[in-house]
Amino acid sequence: MTMRQDRPSCFQDIILRLQSYWAAQGCAIMQPYDMEVGAGTFHPATTLRSLGARAWAAAYVQPSRRPTDGRYGENPNRLQHYYQYQVLIKPSPPNLQALYLGSLDAIGIDMNLHDIRFVEDDWESPTLGAWGLGWEVWCDGMEVSQFTYFQQVGGHDCHPVSGELTYGLERLAMYVLGVDHVMEMPFNDPDAAIALSYGDVFRQTEEEYARWNFDVANTETLLHHFEDAEKECHNILEQPHVDPKTGKRIIMAHPAYDQCIKASHMFNLLDARGVISVTERQAYIGRVRALAKQCADAFVLTEAGGHAL
Amino acid sequence: MPDLLIELFSEEIPARMQARAADDFKKRMTDGLVEAGLTYQGAAAFVTPRRLTLTVQGLLSASPTLREERKGPRVDAPEKAIEGFLRGAGVSRDQLEQRDEKKGAVFYALIEKSGRPAPAIVSEVLGQVIRGFPWPKSMRWGAGTLRWVRPLQSILCLLSDEAGAEVVPFEIEGIVAADQTFGHRFMAPDPITVSGFDAYQSQLKRAYVMVDAAERRAMIWNEATIQAFALGLEVIEDPGLLTEVAGLVEWPVVLMGLIDPEFMDLPGEVLKTSMKEHQKFFSVRNPKTGKIERFITVANRETADQGETILAGNQKVLSARLADAKFFWENDLRVARGEGLSAWTEALSTVTFHNKLGSEQARIDRIVTLARYLAPVAAADVDLAGQAARVAKADLSSEMVYEFPELQGVMGRYYATAAGLPASVAEACEVHYAPLGPSDQVPTAPVAVAVALADKLDKLTGFWAIDEKPTGSKDPFALRRAALGVIRLLLENRLSCGLKAVFAQGYDGADADDLLGFFHDRLKVYLRDQGIRHDVIDACIAMAGNDDLTLLSKRAAAVSDFVKTDDGENLLQAFKRANNILDQAEAKDGVEYSYGADVKYAEAEVERALFAALDAEAGAIEAAVLAEDFVAALSGMAGLRTPLDDFFEAVQINDNNAVIRRNRLNLLSRIRGICLSVADFTKVEG
Repeated sequence: MTMRQDRPSCFQDIILRLQSYWAAQGCAIMQPYDMEVGAGTFHPATTLRSLGARAWAAAYVQPSRRPTDGRYGENPNRLQHYYQYQVLIKPSPPNLQALYLGSLDAIGIDMNLHDIRFVEDDWESPTLGAWGLGWEVWCDGMEVSQFTYFQQVGGHDCHPVSGELTYGLERLAMYVLGVDHVMEMPFNDPDAAIALSYGDVFRQTEEEYARWNFDVANTETLLHHFEDAEKECHNILEQPHVDPKTGKRIIMAHPAYDQCIKASHMFNLLDARGVISVTERQAYIGRVRALAKQCADAFVLTEAGGHAL
Repeated sequence: MPDLLIELFSEEIPARMQARAADDFKKRMTDGLVEAGLTYQGAAAFVTPRRLTLTVQGLLSASPTLREERKGPRVDAPEKAIEGFLRGAGVSRDQLEQRDEKKGAVFYALIEKSGRPAPAIVSEVLGQVIRGFPWPKSMRWGAGTLRWVRPLQSILCLLSDEAGAEVVPFEIEGIVAADQTFGHRFMAPDPITVSGFDAYQSQLKRAYVMVDAAERRAMIWNEATIQAFALGLEVIEDPGLLTEVAGLVEWPVVLMGLIDPEFMDLPGEVLKTSMKEHQKFFSVRNPKTGKIERFITVANRETADQGETILAGNQKVLSARLADAKFFWENDLRVARGEGLSAWTEALSTVTFHNKLGSEQARIDRIVTLARYLAPVAAADVDLAGQAARVAKADLSSEMVYEFPELQGVMGRYYATAAGLPASVAEACEVHYAPLGPSDQVPTAPVAVAVALADKLDKLTGFWAIDEKPTGSKDPFALRRAALGVIRLLLENRLSCGLKAVFAQGYDGADADDLLGFFHDRLKVYLRDQGIRHDVIDACIAMAGNDDLTLLSKRAAAVSDFVKTDDGENLLQAFKRANNILDQAEAKDGVEYSYGADVKYAEAEVERALFAALDAEAGAIEAAVLAEDFVAALSGMAGLRTPLDDFFEAVQINDNNAVIRRNRLNLLSRIRGICLSVADFTKVEG
């Protein structure tokens, strides 16, 4: 473990350091998934790739949206759009904890001065039909990451097991940079000719989305989108495995999963609009989970899902 | 005799599972060793977040050789029988011995199981223990199939004696046992070679690991109280938190920090809960003001800056948390002061209590009805009881309780007070959940008691109506606790009421007899703990008015005390004798002897004396029963003991003279009637 005493200067510096650290550990540095998701776990590079026997190692930033967390950019650490940094390695290497600690060191957290703790926290995603065991990682009493060994995804047992690391980037960066309000955090180099704060980049969008999420989004339209996505997901998965045009075996797990992601996000938006009652809530979650499960069923029949092995 | 040392070194074990894991490890390992013939002198298990350690002293170096003699078939038995015997005994023909017995020559097999060396047994048992370990939740990792609480990283397994230490050959899932462990993750991560438990413990201590959780707990508590004491403050005790915190560190370093004064006006419960739940901090109170002013956090390492960075970080996280709490508190107060609690109770109409029992608001409506009905029982003002029931659960809609569900009730009191409601109503908001267990305090204020009873009785009648009763160990809605709560509220406040009439005011459709039976079962458990036998309680349950639990328990207590006295025990015997004679005579004669005995047919002196005693006591006993003074009634009955004993001693009931016989039977019937007016003594054993 190399000791880096130089401290990062801004939000993107932390992202860049994580990228190069995990690249150096042999991860494929992927790009964010080009759809609206609630967390980095939804990226197919995690959800689908954690299934099946093929080895996998990926790291990426994922913009994540949680409509209910919107606070018009006023809350010091709550946002409806934020970034997660996600690492997934399958099978989980025996030194994953040490690798993780190396990443904290890489972003300027000095292990000799801070108190790092692994505190029990079991992870469960009812919408993905997934669960795992692990910890939330504390640095001086603050949760800086989620560390999970996936046991089941989409209703399938994970064999081998993936190790998943999730960093809440804004919170971690605010801590490392010593910033109290997220909007005041330097986004790029504060000494740059055009220095931008997080607020310069996102304050306005937080306001716009908060208004839309809470008060404007047309719930009827959203409901149609949900149902359309659900239908299309079924439609995709009902197709014969062999494509009649090319004669190839093409199981469309990823396009189907896109529809599952879409349905999940529509549900989150409906939830933020406050039109889903407590009992209905469970039913919606169950419908998304059913889609996730069917996508997982399909993925394990594909080559990437380990079928040929 | 060698000592055994095992350490299972893993990634962080959840704090809540550690103590149990150490116990299980010790029990399963030593049981396995003993079963395989390896007895030992002593054993102890230890646990830290990263290791589960077992030391066994004075282990046999090998299991003893066992010789067994097994009798087989006769020598002239069919070949198949002999072959079967050989297979079963696991011996060959030439190992059989012939012995002449009375019925002829018989085969004997001499089976010798040679002892096995300790390492082989330890290795075998350890494998079984690891594979079958009862973790509450376990997981797989990497590409393997082994399950453990978190990835298992290394195993130390040593047998040591005066001659030295030897690694027990053992391997599981690619992990090979060795004589190595590792120190503190950050302060001394290098491998350490170990030769035995004493060395292990002291070497680890030098490597910043306290192996013994009890030592870590004691150290944390001592250090915390000393630091607080130095400033004239006191740490608020919390044994559960102490155990948890001791399970999160291998090298505890106690640090005390300040709470920003801007948060000190938050209710103490909020400060304490927020610090405990989110940060696992202890609260430090100023005994003069009663206010929480500081916190104690326990870090897992020493640092060059004496924990300054760590403390600053913790303080900052705490401030963010408390800022949230303050935000909730101020918003809630604004609602409570401005709109009153009705805004919150209305919001509960959208919250489902149970899908078959409707919303929380529907439940509140029912609790109001019950509380008003029960108010006279608890000597509470009907309107105040109704008002309290209406707002008792309002705080469930508050932001603070949404964030900290464990503050339900406590916040209700603050908010009811802020809304300007009467003190008795505010109190009911807080304590109507009580009592939550057999040792929890029981509310005594009338309004609070009425609401507390109503809350539980609604729940019980509701779940009874939809047939969701507890079965076996399953009681997901804590109905046993609710029933015990009702029992304690009634008994400890000495409140009398017929429960069946109360059930009728509760949720529609509950089977009142069945629910009352459930209460009787719970009451038995409760009274048994107070030394009252189940048969005594049954004798009292058989009486009229058994749905008044206070009456029932008063009766049971009196009977229980009575049958423990000499007079009581004797009278019980005499009663049983009288009852048997009567039962037989009535069965034989096909009549009931309840006509009334007449002293003019009394022949013997003892018989007349019994009549006299009955005449003297009967009125008083009857009056005492009517007044529910069972102690007096029973002491009246005690007065019958001697004349009754004398009577049985001197007189033959079944006299040849039919008139005398009938008169004596009628006399017994009168005695039986008197006894049965207090309790059904036929059900009392002994």
